[in-house]
Amino acid sequence: MPCHRTTQTHTNAPIVALVGNPNSGKTSIFNRLTGRHQRVANYPGVTVERVSGKVRSGDRVLEVVDVPGLYSLQATTEDEIVAVQAISGSIERAPDVLVCVMDADNLERNLFFFSQLADGPTPIVVALTMTDVAQRRGRTIDVDALAAELGVDVIPVVAHKGRGIRELLDAIEANLIHARPARRRHQEFLSRRIENLKDRLARSGVDVASAEVFEGLTDRFSELRRSVDEIPELRAAVHEAAPEGDPDIAARYDWAAEVADAVLLDKTPGKRWTTTDRMDYILTHRVFGLVAFLGIMFVMFQSIYSFAAPAMNAIDALFGWLGDLVSPLLASTPALQSLVVDGVITGVGSVMVFLPQILILFFFIAFLEGTGYLARASFLMDRLLGWCGLNGRAFVPLLSSFACAIPGIMAARVMPDAKSRLATILVAPLMSCSARLPVYILFIGAVIEPQFGPLWAGVALFGMHMVGAVVAIPIVFILNRSVFKGRRLPFVLELPPYQWPKWRDIGLTMYNRGKIFVNTAGRIIFVMTIVVWGLLYFPRDERAMDEYRFQYARLPAVEREAMTEETYVQSRHIRDSYMGRIGRAIEPAFAPAGFDWRLTTGILAAFPAREVVVPALGIIFALGGEVSEDNVDLRHALSKAIWPDGSLLITPWTAIGVMVFFALCCQCTSTLAVVRRETNSWKWPVFMFAYMTLLAYGFAVLVHQVGRVVG
Amino acid sequence: MTVRVAGVLAYTPEIRRLLELGLTPGTVFRVVRVAPLGDPIEIALRGYRLCLRRAEAASFVLEPSN
Repeated sequence: MPCHRTTQTHTNAPIVALVGNPNSGKTSIFNRLTGRHQRVANYPGVTVERVSGKVRSGDRVLEVVDVPGLYSLQATTEDEIVAVQAISGSIERAPDVLVCVMDADNLERNLFFFSQLADGPTPIVVALTMTDVAQRRGRTIDVDALAAELGVDVIPVVAHKGRGIRELLDAIEANLIHARPARRRHQEFLSRRIENLKDRLARSGVDVASAEVFEGLTDRFSELRRSVDEIPELRAAVHEAAPEGDPDIAARYDWAAEVADAVLLDKTPGKRWTTTDRMDYILTHRVFGLVAFLGIMFVMFQSIYSFAAPAMNAIDALFGWLGDLVSPLLASTPALQSLVVDGVITGVGSVMVFLPQILILFFFIAFLEGTGYLARASFLMDRLLGWCGLNGRAFVPLLSSFACAIPGIMAARVMPDAKSRLATILVAPLMSCSARLPVYILFIGAVIEPQFGPLWAGVALFGMHMVGAVVAIPIVFILNRSVFKGRRLPFVLELPPYQWPKWRDIGLTMYNRGKIFVNTAGRIIFVMTIVVWGLLYFPRDERAMDEYRFQYARLPAVEREAMTEETYVQSRHIRDSYMGRIGRAIEPAFAPAGFDWRLTTGILAAFPAREVVVPALGIIFALGGEVSEDNVDLRHALSKAIWPDGSLLITPWTAIGVMVFFALCCQCTSTLAVVRRETNSWKWPVFMFAYMTLLAYGFAVLVHQVGRVVG
Repeated sequence: MTVRVAGVLAYTPEIRRLLELGLTPGTVFRVVRVAPLGDPIEIALRGYRLCLRRAEAASFVLEPSN
C-alpha cells in the first residue's frame, strides 16, 4: 500500500518523549528542537499520529517524540490510550527520558499529571513553559524550590525565543547517563487518604488491609483498581466511604495545591481584569462575540474560497502549459501522448491544485489555535452542534468543507475525541464544496433559469448548498446511535490566555499538512486519475476511429461547421470506451432517477473528481472537452436532449435530481484518499463512499418519482 | 458566583475526567460566564479557565461558598 507508513525505530538513538497537558507549549518546544526535520506517521494500526524528529545533542542523536497531550495517565479515548502506551513503551520502544512540559501559569493541574508520571520508572526532566505569561499575571515561580520538591531537573524554557533549549538538552543528556529519580512526595498524601479510606471502608463492613488498598489504588493496572472501576457494588461501597469520588486524584491534587502554593514567590494577586478577561468580555459576549465570530469565519471562508482561486488557476495553467509543451514531443505515439498529457500531467495537477486551500485553511487554524481563539469559537458554537451529537470544535472543519472537504477533513484533527472526529469526517463531504458549483450553474442555467427566471435560479442554488448540511444532521444522529455507540468523554474545553501567535509554529503546521497531503493522499489521487484516463481511452479500435472520421466527412456541412472532426470522433468514442460501456450497462439502474446513458456516463466519469462532469458532458454532447459550465451551446444541448421516444430528457425535475445527486454523492477520489490517510484504514473511506452513493441515488430517485406524480 | 464542590453523585469515567481536571471535592471555583447560546459554562478553578456542559456539571454536588 503506497501510503501505509507505520513507526519504524531502526536506529538505537535514545528516545525522548515530550509529554504534558494539552496547551502546555509542548509542540513549540518540539518545533524548536527538531525544526523542519519532523516525521509525521501513524502509530501502528490506529489513527493517532506519531510526530517525531531527530535532534543532535553533543555527539549523540536523539529521537524526540511529540506525544499527544494528556490530562491524566488514566486513558479513556483511543488517542489517550496510544499516548499512554507510548509513554509506558507498550506500543513501541520505551522512551529513555520523559520531558514533562509544565505550564507555569497552570501549575496545579500540570503537577497533578507530573505526579502520575513520577510513579513510573522513566527518568523525567521538567520543561517549565509560560513563565513570562505567569509573571505578567503576578505568578513568579521559585524554580529551585520546585526542582527540590520534585527531585528532578526543572528547566525554564521560552521555546519561540530559543531560551532554555540548550539547558534542556543538557539535562536530558545528564539523565541519559545517570537518571535522577523523582521524589514522589505525593505518595505520602495518598497514604494519608488511603488510611482514611480504609477506616471508612471498615466502618461500612468492607475489610481490606491498608497495604492492599494502597497498592491497589496506586497501581493503575492492579486487580483492586480494576474491580473498583468495574464492579458497581464495590464502586458504590468506595463511593459511599469516599464522597470525594477517587482518593487517588484528590490526594494528588492535595499535594499539587500545596506545592504550587509553596513555590509561588510573588503572591500579590495580579490585575483583577487581565487582557484575556477584557478580550473575552468582547469575544464571548452574547452579541459582540457572535458578531466577531461570524466576521472571523467570514474572513477565513472568504480566503479559502477566493484567495486560493488565483493560486489554483495558476497551478491549472501551469499544468496545462506543461501538457501543451510535452504533447507535440510525443505526437508519434498517440496512446503514450494521451497517457502522459491526459493521465500523468493532469493527475499531478489535480493533486497540486488542492494545496492552496489546504495551506490557507491550516494557516488560519494554526493562527486561531495559537492565539487561543479556536477554543472560544468552540465555546460559542458548542450548543449549536451539540444537540446532534457533535461538539463546538466541529464548526471549523465543517464550515471549511463548504470550500473543499479535503482541508475540512484534515482540520477535523482539532477534535480531541476520536469518535466525534470520525463523525465530523464522515459528514464533512456532504457540505456543498466549491467543485459542485459548476454542476449547479450548468443545470440551473440550462433548465431552471430559462423556465422559472433568475429568482428561482437563486433559490435553487441556495437550496443545493443547504441539502447536504440538512441531510448531515440525521446522519450524525444515526451514526452516534449505531456506529459510534459506547462511552464518550465529557466535552471539556480549556480556555487558555490569549497569546501572540508563534509564526514558526504556524509555518511548520502548514508545511507538515501540505507535505502529508502530497505524499499520502496525492499518490492515491494520482493513481485514480490514470485509471479513469484508461477507462475513457480504451478500448481503442483504430478502424472504428477511421469509421467515425469517415462519418464526419459525410455529415451535412452545417453540422460539420458546429464541431471539429476531433470533437465528433471523441463523442462517438466515449460511447465505446469502457466508461461508456459501463454507463450503458447500468443505465437501467439509473432509469428510476430519470437518467439516460449520457447522464449516467457523465456521472460515472465524475466519480474520481466531480468537476470532470462538465467536460465529460461536453464530450458526450459533441461539444468537446473544453466547455465550461456557462457555455451556451452545452446548456442548449442539455435542454434539447431527448429520449429515444422523443420525450425531453432533462425536465426541471431531472435537473434537480442530477443536482441533488451531485450534492450528496461522494464523487471525489481525493476526499476518499484523505479519509484513508486520516483514519488510517480503508474501512471508513469505503463506508463513506457506500453511504453517500446510496444516499445520492435514493434522493435522485425520490426527486424523479415526486416529479412524475406532481408533474 | 463562587461555588464549592461538595461531592460527586456517582463515580464514572466521565466524572473521573472532571476530577482529573481539578474539580475534586473541596475545590472552590467561580462561574465566569455562560455561552451566548446557553451552554456550555465557563468556570475559573485552580488558576485556569475550563468550559463544561451543564449536563456534566449536574453530576456534582455543589454548595455556595464565600
